[in-house]
Amino acid sequence: MPHVLRMIAQRLALGLVTLFVVSIIIFLGTELLPGDFAQQMLGQAATPETVAALRERLGLNDPMLVRYVDWLTDILRGDFGVSLANGQPVADLIGRRLVNTLSLALYAAAISVPLSLALGILAALFRNTLFDRFVNASALTSISFPEFFVAYILIFLFAGAGGMFPSMASLRGDPGLGEYLHRAFLPALTLTLVTTAYMMRMTRAAIINLLASPYIEMARLKGISPMRIILRHALPNALAPIINVIALNLAYLITGVVVVEVVFVYPGLGQLIVDSVTARDMPVVQGVALLFAGAYVLLNLTADVLATLSNPRLMHRR
Amino acid sequence: MTRTSIARRGPNRRSILKGATAFGGAALVLPMGSRMGRAQPSRGGILRTGTAHGSTTDSLDPGTWENDFMIQLAHMRNNFLTEIAADGSLVPEIAESWEASDDASEWTFAIRAGVPYHSGRTVTAEDVVASLNHHRGEDSTSAAAPILADITDIRADGMNVIVTLASGNADFPFILSDYHLAILPATDGAIDPRTTDGCGPYVLDELELGVSASLTRFDGYWKPDAAWFDGIELISIIDPAARQNALISGEVDYIDQVDLNTVNLLRRSPGIEVLSVAGTQHYGLPMDTRAAPFSDNNIRLALKYAIDRQQMVDTILNGYGAIGNDHPIGSGQRFFNTELEQKTFDPDRARFHLKEAGLDSLDVDIHLADAAFAGALDAGVLFSETAGRAGINLNVVREPNDGYWSNVWMQKPFVGTYWGGRPTEDQMFTTAYATGAPWNESYWSNERFDELLVAARSELDEDLRREMYFELQELVSDQGGTIIPMFASYVGAHTDRLQHGEDVATNWANDGHRMCERWWFS
Repeated sequence: MPHVLRMIAQRLALGLVTLFVVSIIIFLGTELLPGDFAQQMLGQAATPETVAALRERLGLNDPMLVRYVDWLTDILRGDFGVSLANGQPVADLIGRRLVNTLSLALYAAAISVPLSLALGILAALFRNTLFDRFVNASALTSISFPEFFVAYILIFLFAGAGGMFPSMASLRGDPGLGEYLHRAFLPALTLTLVTTAYMMRMTRAAIINLLASPYIEMARLKGISPMRIILRHALPNALAPIINVIALNLAYLITGVVVVEVVFVYPGLGQLIVDSVTARDMPVVQGVALLFAGAYVLLNLTADVLATLSNPRLMHRR
Repeated sequence: MTRTSIARRGPNRRSILKGATAFGGAALVLPMGSRMGRAQPSRGGILRTGTAHGSTTDSLDPGTWENDFMIQLAHMRNNFLTEIAADGSLVPEIAESWEASDDASEWTFAIRAGVPYHSGRTVTAEDVVASLNHHRGEDSTSAAAPILADITDIRADGMNVIVTLASGNADFPFILSDYHLAILPATDGAIDPRTTDGCGPYVLDELELGVSASLTRFDGYWKPDAAWFDGIELISIIDPAARQNALISGEVDYIDQVDLNTVNLLRRSPGIEVLSVAGTQHYGLPMDTRAAPFSDNNIRLALKYAIDRQQMVDTILNGYGAIGNDHPIGSGQRFFNTELEQKTFDPDRARFHLKEAGLDSLDVDIHLADAAFAGALDAGVLFSETAGRAGINLNVVREPNDGYWSNVWMQKPFVGTYWGGRPTEDQMFTTAYATGAPWNESYWSNERFDELLVAARSELDEDLRREMYFELQELVSDQGGTIIPMFASYVGAHTDRLQHGEDVATNWANDGHRMCERWWFS
């Protein structure tokens, strides 16, 4: 156990370094984009005078390094700053959207993780049968379509006039849990369809890989039922790669669903960062990017810790 | 199911007739059903409107309003000094009346007494002064600063506001209807740019920028026959397909910017009406007249004759628009030049102008992105097809949407652009065609034009003014640096429960953004 704790501490420290490097890359990247906040904000309406006045007021004339160091010192004090565009605190802007994004990610994960595990195990059990082929083909089909296409198909089938589910997942007012699950069902289903294939295929592959091992053969010779072999003997040893792919998919659900947000008018973090990059609203871009990087660091860490815990050889390594 | 087309019935009868032909004669023929079905407005209902705009980077500061989400919200929450009515005439709003000095350089506005804000205070002349001053001065960051640049002094005198201009402008009250110039409460001579207060028809309850706003009717609103809804939900739906879905599945009552590629499918949906309004919005292709080869007017004319305008309207706008004549004045406007020859696709004439310029063929690049206007890249490809038949090799350079307005527009010599409504001929010309104007996108300079523009601005004799604006349009059309192939209609759609008056304003989309107080549920 102390080994695991030490690993967590090390990885957290490394994670902080990663976040620092990410913040520099994002900052430089946004600087490299043509046009600055003042020009973008005023757009076609920009005149040299108003652009100059806006730059002056927001301190955009300071050298790049000064602006970065200012931002970094504020962050270290826990202050994410305010949006250049409307003066709202970045923490507030992100906070509201983060709740929405996490709810949708959880909702989708709650459907897709059990579903893909079950399908993966069943596919491994009945490998090379019609069932296996059907599950594989449909999972690969749904992942091969672009997300927006899957979304439109679902809207066509389930929304529309007199449909069962709304085509807009807009969260106006404060929907209760039941209402939320209803409104956000189609986006969650879209995300389920586009993530299930990875996890299902990885589960199936990892288990089938193990089924060729001598110890499984031994178990089979003892006369244990195939289902029990897979659940009791193969699955525990196949957990590490499965956990990894689940973690990566969870990270994707948090950071990469902007297209689904747009199609279903769902106010999440994706739209926030797109708007902010378009406007070169640096504090918001930085804040969201840090959050995304943090999500990846934490989920990868969790995956590694769980993989270690699931493997006695790693637990008791000297 | 019905499609309603509306062209403004302006004060000029000839422009009506001319306008009717320009829209294929269909413009004035309102479907009988919808005309007879119009009942008296009645109160009630929550209007849910889906708009193509809205960004988390929007702000409450009136100087930053630039997209239809914030502009619609402004008309729900705020009032302005003047209003452009549905029939295109200028009517009083917070300014009860106004008069000009003889040279139209000093204007006195009488502020309406007893107009309450949502917070309970009443509008004062000092508020009006502060609301206008927010957009003026050297350190102003307002997008409206240029349109108020001519003002030298604003002062309050009792309930009057007196505005002094550097030079006469007979159309000045029109400018005050601009959507940036909302009247807001002032403290110590300055407005708070982050206030949610206002004196408009609806009170802002909740606002999440880039997502939605909800408002309820303001009981103390001063206009007796306006603002029929109990409340409004303004929802940002950026994806065109999501917007149409929301309307068809009944989650919203109205959507703006209908996708023209699928508008005919939408029209087939039961209970949906498509509303197309021919206005002043136009798409253009400005050339930098300082740079070779565009510095030669023969080259500009060759390009103007090498574009097939009707084909552009038919394909890019799917028929929802009208052809342009290389000047920015819409056929429904007061002083639209009805005598100007319409330029058409004429490859021989284009070749003639090439020859005049001493060339047999011409190679040019045009820099386009769909940020310039929807379908700009397709328009470029169409243009290069027709230009090829006139001996012009037009190469379409695809530019990124991101940063288009700062890095391509007015930077590269041949680009795309769009202009929304400008209520008066003067404002349009002054903004984008006068020598040295900050948005003179073709860097065009013409002495006669500049002289005439200033003279027309302060001319109070209507006939003389008309003559002057006719000549201005001719100058821009024949010598200007911008090809204006098409005027794009504002195309929205609504459920048939939602009713509007016979006139729908043409100055902006969404009934001049006044839908919130003019429309009602049957």
